[in-house]
Amino acid sequence: MTASPWPEGMSKAIGNRSFVVGLTITGIVAIMAVLSFVWTPYAVGTLDIAGKLKPPSWSHWLGTDHYGRDILSMIMVGSRNSIAVAFVSVAIGLAIGVPLGLWAAARGGWIDELLMRLNDLVFAFPALLSAVMITAVFGPGAINAIIAIGIFNIPVFARVARGAALSLWPREFILGARACGKGAARITIEHVLPNIANLLVVQATIQFSLGILAEAGLSYVGLGSQPPMPSWGRMLFEAQTMIGLAPHMALFPGLAIVITVLGLNLLGDGLRDVLDPRLRRER
Amino acid sequence: MAPLLNIKDLRLTIGGVPVLNGIDLAIEPGEIRALVGESGSGKSMTALSVMKLLPNGARAGGQIRFNGTDILAASETEMCRLRGDDIGMVFQEPMTALNPMKTIGEQVAEGIRLHTGASRAVAEERTRAILDRVGLPVAKFPLGRYPHELSGGQRQRVVIAIACALKPKLLIADEPTTALDVVLQAQILQLLQDLVRDEKMGLLLISHDLAVVADVADSVTILRHGEVMDRGETTQILTEQAHPYTRQLAQASMHVPDRSRPRIAQDDGPLLSVRNVARIYPGTRTGLLARSEPTIAVDDVSFELEPGQSMALVGRSGCGKSTLARMVLALDKPTHGDIALSGRRIDNLGEAALRPARRHMQVVFQDPYGSFNPRHKAGRLVAEPLFLFDTPLSQSETRERIDTALERVGIAPKDRDKYPHEFSGGQRQRLAIARAIITEPKLVVADEPVSALDVSIRAQILDLFADLNGRLGIAYLFITHDLAVARAITDSVMVMADGRIVERGRTDEVLRHPQSDAGRALVDASPDLHRSLARRIGEQG
Amino acid sequence: MLNYAVKRILIGLATVLAASIVVFAMLEIVPGDPARLMLGMNATEDAVHALQEQMGLNQPLLARYFHWLGGLLTGDLGRSYTYSVPVVDLIVERVAVSLPLALISLVLSTAIALPVALYSASRRGTVADTASMGVAQIGVAIPNFWFALLLVYVFAVTLRLLPAGGFPGWNAGIWQALKALILPSIALALPQAAILARVARSALLDVLGEDYIRTARAKGLSRPGVLYRHALRNALIPILTIVGLQFAFLLAGTIIIENVFYLPGLGRLVFQAITQRDLIVVEGVVMLLVATVILINLVVDLSYAIVDPRLRNRP
Repeated sequence: MTASPWPEGMSKAIGNRSFVVGLTITGIVAIMAVLSFVWTPYAVGTLDIAGKLKPPSWSHWLGTDHYGRDILSMIMVGSRNSIAVAFVSVAIGLAIGVPLGLWAAARGGWIDELLMRLNDLVFAFPALLSAVMITAVFGPGAINAIIAIGIFNIPVFARVARGAALSLWPREFILGARACGKGAARITIEHVLPNIANLLVVQATIQFSLGILAEAGLSYVGLGSQPPMPSWGRMLFEAQTMIGLAPHMALFPGLAIVITVLGLNLLGDGLRDVLDPRLRRER
Repeated sequence: MAPLLNIKDLRLTIGGVPVLNGIDLAIEPGEIRALVGESGSGKSMTALSVMKLLPNGARAGGQIRFNGTDILAASETEMCRLRGDDIGMVFQEPMTALNPMKTIGEQVAEGIRLHTGASRAVAEERTRAILDRVGLPVAKFPLGRYPHELSGGQRQRVVIAIACALKPKLLIADEPTTALDVVLQAQILQLLQDLVRDEKMGLLLISHDLAVVADVADSVTILRHGEVMDRGETTQILTEQAHPYTRQLAQASMHVPDRSRPRIAQDDGPLLSVRNVARIYPGTRTGLLARSEPTIAVDDVSFELEPGQSMALVGRSGCGKSTLARMVLALDKPTHGDIALSGRRIDNLGEAALRPARRHMQVVFQDPYGSFNPRHKAGRLVAEPLFLFDTPLSQSETRERIDTALERVGIAPKDRDKYPHEFSGGQRQRLAIARAIITEPKLVVADEPVSALDVSIRAQILDLFADLNGRLGIAYLFITHDLAVARAITDSVMVMADGRIVERGRTDEVLRHPQSDAGRALVDASPDLHRSLARRIGEQG
Repeated sequence: MLNYAVKRILIGLATVLAASIVVFAMLEIVPGDPARLMLGMNATEDAVHALQEQMGLNQPLLARYFHWLGGLLTGDLGRSYTYSVPVVDLIVERVAVSLPLALISLVLSTAIALPVALYSASRRGTVADTASMGVAQIGVAIPNFWFALLLVYVFAVTLRLLPAGGFPGWNAGIWQALKALILPSIALALPQAAILARVARSALLDVLGEDYIRTARAKGLSRPGVLYRHALRNALIPILTIVGLQFAFLLAGTIIIENVFYLPGLGRLVFQAITQRDLIVVEGVVMLLVATVILINLVVDLSYAIVDPRLRNRP
């Protein structure tokens, strides 16, 4: 009977522990972010100076901060910010980097050389440095954080796409397609892209988790999203001066970052194991 | 006297899957024992069991005695002492068998120092001697060479030097020549024979090629699905062919398809004409302005192919035959000369203008695994060349064409919805042929189309090629280094060497009485079951 | 080898040049007049004019770029507006904190990661391997500045073993100065060590699957023998790549960590410069860091050729 690759892939995915754990964690974080639009234990704007710096309790599961705000609520709302920044910056990297990498691989020669040199140039500006420059010019904000992280993602995806495409071009099925008179663009879309999609998905999860980390770093030093919008990095910055009085203020936002990134990394590892063998075992 | 190596009832499972089901095999000192079988028969695993270098998850039972040692019971330390000292091993793929980061001298000396504790200077002296012995004299191949600076044949000599450096009692060679062309194959086999005779080593030679075995082995063991089918003295086993499986293998390896002449009306002029074609690759850049000498891959080649004719292009690896094939297929442009299909030039056309020509020439590649996009179904893969029709076919027409093509190559049309990995290697090559004939081309270029296949499958695919030639009148240009393939399927042959055609003529004549040096070298080096057996029976009197 | 080196060096120089154009252009597209931006809203016209003059803003664009580039080449990065000292002096002072911090972290991270990777790779699938890779998996997910906060809480606030921040300066004695760098370097190094250990382990395992490892085993080498004599060197290229990337990352990472520990390094300098809108300082520091990253990439590229003989004859 017909056997599409999906049922086989599904059963393999369900048997992969990294994938299942990663997907579960990522799913919980995503649900938390969506939930925060309609419900949080407390409104994040409400200050309660009397109830400030409270350790975790039944009324405030993760305690309160120096303005008496509920930390769980702030973490929930802050996840929106982290996810949005990481998501858009990965999308920028994919949308610009992948076509560039595929183009470089298909054309070769000086176009390839030029694109790769441009890549080197962008690589010379670590995300943090671009953010510093962008902030120096345009001032801080979530959009600028997205641009800074997104710019850094472009060469990452360009390299992955180019490297994988280059290894496919000499393969016989591509030669066969050329013998059928298909042009580079058509071959890239029909044959190259579907065969590197796995790698791109895995890389996207990795960049997504790096994006979460980078966003937290930027908002920690005040280059990311600005108050009153809560963000995980900013919560940690505010916790710093209170560390002796209220260590829970530093603990929980940090754990939120660690768990989210861990979930994404496990998901990426799992996806690589589930998706990759088809490409690799054939050789 | 007890045999040097005695394997009794060897059983092996890998991850619970049985691989060997009770193998018995013995080798005396100085004996060359061939272990023959098709892929998946368990011959490599038998060898790795003797070395105890099995993959993770392997469990072995039964008994392996080597020179008084119980191998399966031996500790890892004892095995390390045996490996490289009393047992040497040569592997199939010389291009990857050497560490790219270390010089050949270091790699040969490493085992010598490890086992003898010799000083650097002494080990170096012995390294020189053994490299000289395997045909890599230090004057031409200094010890400081890196593997990437050597050719495949030279690298295989280094691997043999590593295995034989300490004059082991047993040498195991796992398909040592499969990755090499026939001339190199003959040289390496000769070297192995000489080493074994000189040092009275036992040799376990693993091969899929009965003709090679008939040439060099004293005795043979034939495996299938992890079981011994037949065993005995080589000439006896192969001449009597008492066991049905032995007979099947021998017949498949000498198989010549029945060929009926295609019914082709000799119309006007040749199908393919190649005139003074050359392909020169510019040298690689060695400095800012300097370039190394350009490489002449194809040098002033001219030939014609008539409609329905089947022609072989034979030559050693690197002689330029694949480059020539790519130019015929318009996948590469000649530097000089012109190529015409049915009288119309194709070498100077753009991709759009090429489409009518492409419809009439298709290609079949060597590797039935790499020829297909693993993500498309068989039907879509086979239909890919229909892209070349100017007016797209209707869905039912496309379906009809796919089904016809699949039927012609002996695949059930209902299998069009399967993915390539669901087909066997032989079936995949059938799919590749179906794709090549779906546009009803006049010419099919086949680049080593059967050399990755087991002998029995290969016989079937050759039959298919012969049948399609007879029924559909498709002309073939067969690129191969294997004269048996040329003999089986072609009317005429061209011998290529160093980018030039050095000899051409009717296949049977050229292969019987080659005139050129290159042609003679190929014919002499080609293993031939009949010839080897005749020679050995003559020797035995 | 020489050709390879020359080509790499030329590409490196070209990249620095291109980067200088990017940095210069970035600060050119500042909305409005940089001088006015730097001086703030209530500056007098005269002050603005004076600063414009000092910054050469009334000259044409190209002239200004070449003037700035010429300055870069001669080590003159201009004068800081807020500190009224040459930017170079400021940078030299701050590099004395940032560079040791990055170097110590790099050494620490490599010294932890490589042994763990070798141990794990040689005992693939054992409890020790699974456990150490599990720890590494978590380590990769830890943001270094949060880890820094935890370290401060445990070692400075609770145990009072080490200073929570500040830097006494190298004149206060090597030990005093180093003590101030211990927690920052650990905070930077451990998450990086986790990344490096994972990459190095998987590079080693890839190499251990190669044919030549089997050849070496057939020669009589033991598993550890093969790992150290054959696998390690072949796995070195991916390892070097990551170490190079990490050094660049650590340099940039000091920007954040210096803020956690109130260390007077380049990172603090940049932040103060941003808040004070001292664009000349920002320009200088960014250019320095970018040039360093390019230099590191160049060194990594050149070391490939030392490790891998196949690259030596390559153009």
